[in-house]
Amino acid sequence: MDKIKIAHGSGGSYTHKLIDEVFGKYFDNNFLKRKEDSAVLPSSPERLVYTTDTHVVKPLFFPGGDIGKLSVTGTLNDLAVMGARPAWLSCGMVLEEGLKISTLKSIAYSMAETAAEQKVKIVTGDTKVVNQGVCDKIFINTSGIGFLPENINTGVENIEPGDKILISGYIGEHAAAIITAREKFNISFDIKSDCACLYPLIRELTSELDGIRIMRDPTRGGLATTLNEFVGDQNFGITVDEDQIPIREEIKGLCEPLGFDPLYLANEGRLILIIKNEEAKEALKIMQLYTESNAPRIIGQVTDEYQGRVILKTTIGSKRVLDMQSGEMLPRIC
Amino acid sequence: MKYIDEFRNAGLIKTIKNKIFSIYSEDKLNFMEVCGGHTHAICKFGIRDLIPEGINLISGPGCPVCVTENSYIDKAIDLARRREVIIATFGDMVKVPGSQASLETSGLNSKSVRVCYSSMDALELAAENQDHEVVFLGIGFETTAPTIAATILAAKERGINNFSVLAGNKTMPAAMQSLLEAEDVSIDGFICPGHVSTITGTGIYDFIPEDYNVACVVAGFEPIDIMETIYLLIEQIKSDSPKVKNQYKRSVKPQGNTKALKILDEVFVGCDAIWRGLGNIPGSGLKIRKKYRMFDTEQKFDIQVSSSERHQGCICGAIMRGVKKPPECQLFGTECIPESPIGPCMVSAEGACAAYFKYKQ
Repeated sequence: MDKIKIAHGSGGSYTHKLIDEVFGKYFDNNFLKRKEDSAVLPSSPERLVYTTDTHVVKPLFFPGGDIGKLSVTGTLNDLAVMGARPAWLSCGMVLEEGLKISTLKSIAYSMAETAAEQKVKIVTGDTKVVNQGVCDKIFINTSGIGFLPENINTGVENIEPGDKILISGYIGEHAAAIITAREKFNISFDIKSDCACLYPLIRELTSELDGIRIMRDPTRGGLATTLNEFVGDQNFGITVDEDQIPIREEIKGLCEPLGFDPLYLANEGRLILIIKNEEAKEALKIMQLYTESNAPRIIGQVTDEYQGRVILKTTIGSKRVLDMQSGEMLPRIC
Repeated sequence: MKYIDEFRNAGLIKTIKNKIFSIYSEDKLNFMEVCGGHTHAICKFGIRDLIPEGINLISGPGCPVCVTENSYIDKAIDLARRREVIIATFGDMVKVPGSQASLETSGLNSKSVRVCYSSMDALELAAENQDHEVVFLGIGFETTAPTIAATILAAKERGINNFSVLAGNKTMPAAMQSLLEAEDVSIDGFICPGHVSTITGTGIYDFIPEDYNVACVVAGFEPIDIMETIYLLIEQIKSDSPKVKNQYKRSVKPQGNTKALKILDEVFVGCDAIWRGLGNIPGSGLKIRKKYRMFDTEQKFDIQVSSSERHQGCICGAIMRGVKKPPECQLFGTECIPESPIGPCMVSAEGACAAYFKYKQ
């Protein structure tokens, strides 16, 4: 039994064997052990935060991570950017007939390891198998539950002109790692995905600072798209200093010939923080403890000018609108 | 990045900006960039913010993808629907609309359309998929045409017979002439395409100052290049001595790349071509010579598509000539929007209509 068969999704003995040998083994915890239809979880006086995310990525393994790690960090980060302490995850898998069981094991191990590092348990799950060609090897849905402390209330409505905008590290690295892993370029690039859990950083920020307006992880659509989400239909604008945006030379070198813009490339372990001006420098210091010290930057500010728009102050001294990405970014011919 | 940062130096750019403002007087000037690469750079670097308001930078028909006509896309979709065919294409082609849909929206299997980075990648794809016919979408100006020609020569030499090119390459001078021939033309200067000129040399523009008294500067793609080009254009206009100047000397030689031109001429021959938004322009296309017909998709396959006519209301031609603004088009913002564009100025995200739609409504 080295490949996934349709029978593995039938609910019968193959399914049970797969659950025991893969998910039970790696995700091991008391909730799962009961093998019931749902996990019964303890209640808490804190507010519950609940999110879900589905993960499809090609290739499954890439420099800096894999679909398993991504499926945990992605959902945990969605909880964390609300200020919530992640606690539990569910895991729904769609497997393509023929997937190697060793591959599935590597992915499950990666999920378990990433969750354990964050003291998060995968408490319930589901597995379906589809015929070859119906899905691309493996799709993973995870939903997550976290607890939100009473003193944390972030949201767009808190944003005020004068607030500062920070980014926690170099941008564009996840998408660039995927592109270089997917395509056969004749040049080798030393690029790793930034795929990581943001909660430890966010816990520190939220416990030390009380001027946090909003936090977001700039995944699909990248930094530019997230900033545009903040200003949409609002009576403020955002200005960004291109000089301050941290982008590694390798990423610039990959993007330049392909016609990609790093500002639109996905990140999987970066935090955008809007915070009141007076606390921006303190926030920057905290961020520097969690990554390479020169990577986090104050990249811009909220302004009452340019309402509803993001304006990029370019390195050459001009200003232009930084628009939301429309459609998929594709390599250009010209 | 070395060799790039030098051309993005804020101090130098400020110096050129001051020079531009010092020689510019109140005239309204229309400068057209005829290369999609320039359009992209002008937007990306915010060049419009650095020059006098009276200088209007017009995006011409220089994005080869955006000027691709409905019928070409329809043919590509028709081919992609055939079980034995794999379409290999530059990425941004998949968004260009045909009569009904684009390659992206026509519900094709993702294995039928592959994005590649060069025509040689497409040839490798053919070598790896001997049981399929790989059709490369041959789009681009004089810049890409030689590489496509070289790929056809390589296919012949290697005996890869399941490879062909749907020839849609276009050439620049006839299109520029067609814009200049219009009665209402209002172009004061051309920012000439640096990449095209690297292949062709600068002589192909000589007719523009000689016959039409319009200034030309062959330009590079970095902000310093574009700013200097704008300065050189104003200088020519001020001194009333239009000529072809080469700002991009580090890449463009007067005679061009003779080796590339030889390969181009070996495989391709001139023909008429239809341009989205401009219609048929005599002598502005390239077709594959008969001796290489085994690599010509149109010869290899029986392709019958009934394409819709170019939309009668589209005024992209007039917009490109600088005589009309996007809102003057009856289709603008109604039938023609970025999600379902009709003319090239809306197909390109940086085209005049798309930019107008996004920021100035």
